[in-house]
Amino acid sequence: MDDDALLDALQRAAFDYFLSHTDTPNGLVADTSRAGAPASIAVVGFALSVWPVGAERGWITRADGVARCLTTLRFFYSCDMSPQASGHHGFYFHFLDMANGERVWKSELSMIDTALLITGMLTAAAYFDADDAAERELRELADALYRRVDWRWAQRDGGAVVHGWKPDSGFLNYGWKGYNEALLLYVLGLGSPTHALTDDSFQAWTLTYQWENLYDHDFLYGGPLFIHQFSHAWIDFRGIRDAFMREKDCDYFENSRRASQVQREYAIRNPSGFAGYGEDCWGLSAGDGPSAPPRRIAGRQHAFYGYAARGVPYGPDDGTIAGSAALCSIVFAPDIVWPLIRRIFDEAGPAACALLQASGFNPTLANDEGSPWITPHLGGLEQGLIVLMIENHRSGLLWKLGRGNPYIVAGLKRAGFTGGWL
Amino acid sequence: MRLSDFRAVPNPDLDACAHQRGLLDNVARPAGWHNPTPSGAYHLLIIGAGPAGLVAARAAARLGAKVALIERHLLGGDCLITGCVPSKTLIRSARLYAEMRNAELYGVKALDEVGVDFGAAMQRVRRVRERISRADSVARVVDDGVDLYFGSARFVDSDSVMVDGTRLRFKKAMIATGSRPMLPDIEGLAGAGFLTNESVFELTTQPARLMVIGGGPLGCELAQAFARFGTRTIIAHNEPLFLPKEERDAAQMVSSALARDGVEIHLNSEAVKVRCEGDRKFVDLVTAGNRFSVEVDAILTGIGRAPCVQDLGLEAAGVAYDTAGGVRVDDFLRTSNPRIYAAGDVCLEHKFTDTAAASARIVVRNALFLGRQRMSALTIPWCTYTDPEIAHVGLYVRQANERGIPIKTFTVPMHDVDRAIADGEEDGFAKIHVREGSDRILGATVVARHAGEMINGVSLAMVAGIGLRTLAQVIHAYPTQAEALKMAADAYTRTRLTPFMARLARLWLRR
Repeated sequence: MDDDALLDALQRAAFDYFLSHTDTPNGLVADTSRAGAPASIAVVGFALSVWPVGAERGWITRADGVARCLTTLRFFYSCDMSPQASGHHGFYFHFLDMANGERVWKSELSMIDTALLITGMLTAAAYFDADDAAERELRELADALYRRVDWRWAQRDGGAVVHGWKPDSGFLNYGWKGYNEALLLYVLGLGSPTHALTDDSFQAWTLTYQWENLYDHDFLYGGPLFIHQFSHAWIDFRGIRDAFMREKDCDYFENSRRASQVQREYAIRNPSGFAGYGEDCWGLSAGDGPSAPPRRIAGRQHAFYGYAARGVPYGPDDGTIAGSAALCSIVFAPDIVWPLIRRIFDEAGPAACALLQASGFNPTLANDEGSPWITPHLGGLEQGLIVLMIENHRSGLLWKLGRGNPYIVAGLKRAGFTGGWL
Repeated sequence: MRLSDFRAVPNPDLDACAHQRGLLDNVARPAGWHNPTPSGAYHLLIIGAGPAGLVAARAAARLGAKVALIERHLLGGDCLITGCVPSKTLIRSARLYAEMRNAELYGVKALDEVGVDFGAAMQRVRRVRERISRADSVARVVDDGVDLYFGSARFVDSDSVMVDGTRLRFKKAMIATGSRPMLPDIEGLAGAGFLTNESVFELTTQPARLMVIGGGPLGCELAQAFARFGTRTIIAHNEPLFLPKEERDAAQMVSSALARDGVEIHLNSEAVKVRCEGDRKFVDLVTAGNRFSVEVDAILTGIGRAPCVQDLGLEAAGVAYDTAGGVRVDDFLRTSNPRIYAAGDVCLEHKFTDTAAASARIVVRNALFLGRQRMSALTIPWCTYTDPEIAHVGLYVRQANERGIPIKTFTVPMHDVDRAIADGEEDGFAKIHVREGSDRILGATVVARHAGEMINGVSLAMVAGIGLRTLAQVIHAYPTQAEALKMAADAYTRTRLTPFMARLARLWLRR
């Protein structure tokens, strides 16, 4: 298979997750493929960005894409926003019942997941730009839903946005402080024409940035790979810089490329002696992993963490590779991701696609046939990110939509970004 | 006087211990003791014979000053009796138990069963404490020419103090009364009984289940130690990460280490109530709105320390203070009464033995010899003695960001350090922060098995004004874990090889 056909197959396989895990009447999308999984609003945000990609690639019709987005937007526009229901202050609870859309698992009102949801809405609105009733309604709903998010209400602790809020206990005791996946949250919050974050918010976010030289790479440190990826699904950070990146003569895109290199360097070192790790098999991120009893490997005692945010170089590391996260780095570092894809296809054959879609596989815990442990469930976040990152690598579609979004442009400018396409 | 005089519950096992008696022989008011009779004003009168008081008294006396040192309890202060000395000694025993359980990881045949003798470990604590107390014994202090007074001191005006009905006059005074553990305001806690650092080292029997309230240095160190002794240990901390002052990666590593040792961790959790039902003790915790109960046998609180400023007559002396921040001092450690200085925990944010001693030396110079030495000029390292240890000196990255100082960090994971690999001690890192574009060291954090030993190299470099370029030229003995510091300096050197420089080098070699 040539490179483009292979990417197309991987992207299409990830796209299929959304076709088979969306509730048709309300447009909500399951968090994972696990039976009975609730909807995750972040995954819904990815879905709203995935449908335009599907329409562009001809995997669904434009009318189908519009209909799917409209169903979702109408649900959120009309859902119960009283504190115990689906959302509050324009934000939404992290997990909602797939059928009736109400809060489940006592989940928190989630600021980052709302940001991902809203970004999906704005992306759909940017793509479906035809002057017909359905697409006009779609755009109006997305705009109204963005405008009603009260970002400023969620500011605490010197201007930083709080992680979440619960009806019974109030705000959670965490703030979004950099560097991590919440860069997008600040851009959206700063760009709001109605309830914008205050000027000091971005400073509060960057106050905890750590610019480190690790394995001879200078980069803005973040352990798990996904935190270097999420915001880049929608925002083209190539060549644009905030004050911090100007000082460091870098940009966030280049930073993610370096973060991918650091991940690879860690796998080459493989300090814990896990199976499989090497120059063509790397990528520690948040995802599913085995929940096995502790065991001794290469002279060290290791626990296994199940679902966890794995990262380098400080772990946790239990030998679990996030295949999907490594794949998504293709947009930043194709020179090191292609050998990884090729090696996995060479070694795993027909199972390769599943390994690259998985939020976690673990060669150390291989079965009797030598096949690595692999998460039995697909994650919606991973599938969404695969679709978007491969699309950006192939055509730059999501970046183009983001560059044309006045709210994102306004948010970036308020955060101090200049240069490049801005 | 017996140590048990200060205990809520008498413990005959302790009173029968020769090491305990030896400690008291060294540092308590001797039987038949009579305070000296003052003759004229003292050059320096010091209240409190902890690390700061002892250092200042002996240094000033050696220089010929007439010195009064007043202590109401035991010489040595918190560090010797209820702080660093007993805790580090206990931690050593706990670490050995952890290593015995992990013997196979080092290719050593493991014991079939690792039996724990808590009483023996505590006896070792008392033995070590007694031995270390000899250096600052009553006899030695008196031999050094210090007028030692036992009793409670109280300022009566701006230049005199009453002790045991005797009025002592001074030209200069130093307040070094230290700090005491802050107690959490939890319903039912006082009635149920609890431990602090002042009582935990007096235990002679091991609690089967221990609740540690507070995830600062004391809480983390002792939670890990008790877990390693086999106590079922639960720690509750009301913030998202332990050691809130430390950087996130370091605090995260402490969490992982505690979890590995079997400590049950409740972050973002508030202990709201302690209930007793017969002989049983329950602590109610609230985490993100969810309330649940944990049954324990003992409760240890370690939520911070408060300065000892009560009952000193500070108002009479015109010394400004507040109960949270302690005695207010300027950068020269002078209080609002220009004749009175303060040193150590009673006035400093950093409540460490080494810092107390350093501040005391500053007071001796500034108070007696017209010195103008500033407290802010000190480079202060500190260490939390978990396993791995967390050591820090200088600025944190966050502080540099707050001050607008461009900063860059050179990071060396311990898994890149040969000796750490050989030792099987790869958890951790050395991070050295420099001013961006220069090699000037602004600070460092080391997480390693022996981080406290390693940080001294960075402190030395900072005080001597040595940058990473010079540090890279200092040969570090191979293989040592401290080589991580040189590796960070080497990484800096490599960043100086710009593409232009590399091209020049190639051209030179081709000439």
